[in-house]
Amino acid sequence: MSTSTTTPAKNPAVDAIARSATRDKVILAIAAPVLAIVAAIVISSLVFLASGENPFRAYGIMADYGHYSDSQVWIINKAVPYYLSALAVAIGFRMNLFNIGVDGQYRLAAFAAAAVGGAIALPGAIQIILLIVIAMLVGALWSGIAGLLKTTRGVSEVITTIMLNAIAASIIGYFLQDGRLAIKDGNLLHTKFLPESSHFFSFPTHPKPVYGFVVIAVLAGALYWFGINRTRFGFDLRAVGASESAAEASGVSVKRMVVSSMLLSGAAAGLVGMPTLLGESFQYGTDFPAGIGFTGIAIALLGRNHPVGMAFGALLWAFLDRTGSRLEFEGYAQEIVGVIQGVIVLCVVIAYEIVRRYGLRLQQRKVGEELAALSTADKSDNKPEVSA
Amino acid sequence: MRRVIRIAAAATATTCLAFTATACGQSFAEANRAKHAGVGLAFDIGGRDDHSFNEAAARGTEDAQKKLGVKVKMLTAKNGETEADREQRLSSFAEAGYNPVIGVGFAYSQSVQNVAKDFPATTFGVVDAVPQGKNVDAMVFAEHEGSYLAGVAAALKSKTHNVGFIGGVNNALIQKFQAGFEQGVRDTDPKTKVVSQYLYPNNDKGFNDPAAAKAKAAGMIDSGIDVIYTAAGQSGAGSIEEISKHKGVWAIGVDSDQYRQPGLAQYKDHILTSVVKNVDVAVFDLIKSYEAHKPLTGIHAYDLKHQGVSLATSGGFIKDIEPQIDAARKKIIEGKVKVKETP
Repeated sequence: MSTSTTTPAKNPAVDAIARSATRDKVILAIAAPVLAIVAAIVISSLVFLASGENPFRAYGIMADYGHYSDSQVWIINKAVPYYLSALAVAIGFRMNLFNIGVDGQYRLAAFAAAAVGGAIALPGAIQIILLIVIAMLVGALWSGIAGLLKTTRGVSEVITTIMLNAIAASIIGYFLQDGRLAIKDGNLLHTKFLPESSHFFSFPTHPKPVYGFVVIAVLAGALYWFGINRTRFGFDLRAVGASESAAEASGVSVKRMVVSSMLLSGAAAGLVGMPTLLGESFQYGTDFPAGIGFTGIAIALLGRNHPVGMAFGALLWAFLDRTGSRLEFEGYAQEIVGVIQGVIVLCVVIAYEIVRRYGLRLQQRKVGEELAALSTADKSDNKPEVSA
Repeated sequence: MRRVIRIAAAATATTCLAFTATACGQSFAEANRAKHAGVGLAFDIGGRDDHSFNEAAARGTEDAQKKLGVKVKMLTAKNGETEADREQRLSSFAEAGYNPVIGVGFAYSQSVQNVAKDFPATTFGVVDAVPQGKNVDAMVFAEHEGSYLAGVAAALKSKTHNVGFIGGVNNALIQKFQAGFEQGVRDTDPKTKVVSQYLYPNNDKGFNDPAAAKAKAAGMIDSGIDVIYTAAGQSGAGSIEEISKHKGVWAIGVDSDQYRQPGLAQYKDHILTSVVKNVDVAVFDLIKSYEAHKPLTGIHAYDLKHQGVSLATSGGFIKDIEPQIDAARKKIIEGKVKVKETP
């Protein structure tokens, strides 16, 4: 973008600086994930060794179990809600908003969609679209409360979204009772089953099908990438994330951005429960999966808010879930996979920060050296270095 | 250059997804056909040593280990599990040739039903739930009958003629405890009043919140109640602890003989009795039937008559009222008294 202006009279020295900077950037971009992976493997191996187990046998078990077709189907199906949850979190992250309320948002959204879906029976596609729209609206409404409170009363979204999680759980608890919106099924309470027409399609893979919702997840990822990187809104969003005051000064309404990005984050969160609701359970009950909102935070960190990175993160997380249970079966401690997941997130965050700082220092030194070379050639000044 | 990397990353991601999505490989079960490996026991949250019914189920498998020489493998649920996790656990057992595979707790109801369909040659058992399936043994207990006897004991032991019931979660299972207890009290002494309260309307946290049970018990004691029956899993410890601070107030325990539990030893002089659910008997029965090549299937009710439930006598606090309790037990077994399952 910046090269659009014509540069007259090329300076070979400046050109060399730019070239070596690009080369460094590429090396550093590869260095960060490699460093993270190596560190995660080393630390995980130490954890295995400390618990008196052979790490290589464990990795062997995980790799072997993960490559079977049933494992792969399981992993994809588990990764779809993880990915949607990470997207919802990432929308907030891109402008320094910490939406911890994805958990409450998706549960309330799924509950509302399930309640409506159980009560009406429209023809196929219309019903599915209606339910998805309802879920997104409810998710947006719930996160919008946090956005409004932040802009009008200055309440931190971290606090409000946590509180809204608890309130969402209570609301669901109130309505999910016999005689209200739920029916009793043994010891479980759940909403009425959705009619056949609202079952989402699935890919007939072997031995179990893959959620058709994976398509929606990919579309949502593409939309996220386009919205953040290629639209005015996305630019404003990133500008606010980089510096609120600078964005404000250049004419971006920060308040409007806070509310609208919270609404978008909540709408994305509304999708999280949909693969389960429309593809597997067809009702919202006391056993509906909870806690995916928090996993989403870890995956957004892991994927560095990048749509492809988060896809890898979600798949990795699901892979660890799947193969971790296998480890337990082979006699390893059940907690070890939780430790590995935590180690990976920490390694990624730390590795990227280390590489970023190193890159910054490298760049400063290089530019300093080149400029010094230029200036000594000019023999203009030789001031002593000022120590910070 | 950056663009190239980005495109490369996107391409790898897509191929990975495409490769996995087609799932062209073998499934684990196909690659690993296993023979009989032993008994698979899947616990609910809390694990083997929950002082309650997971522990009882484990005892049943250990009996089988000793008496029938079968091998046993146990796995435990994690917090915040989904249906997919439970199904994977049960499938892992079945794939590896474990038979029978037993899920402890009603959380396994749906997953047992789903997985049993995929493994028709494996016998599945589930405690406290009645999933459908030709190869499923549903083990349910007559908690209401045991609780009836607890009601008899409470009515006879209460000096204030006020007794209380604390339930962990207001679901069908815990309502059976409440219904039996209330009926037992009423039939023994119509003048005695029963107050029944729940910790949570429908949150499973009620089975793991001792502080809430403690507060509930304190409130009941303040209102003059002097026998409290708590059916709330791990939360029960909180109510027993509160009761132990008040002289002349009795606690009635649940699931296991709580008088004998090391964790509650310091309060045991306040534990009148416990309604014991013999999950071990049921689990042992299933394993034995499998070993005899006649695996149990369908619903099996473990009631008072079949020693599925009983009233613990440790501590000897109910020795003086034993004749009355025996009389009540006899009436239930003979069918003269029908205990209701809902309050």
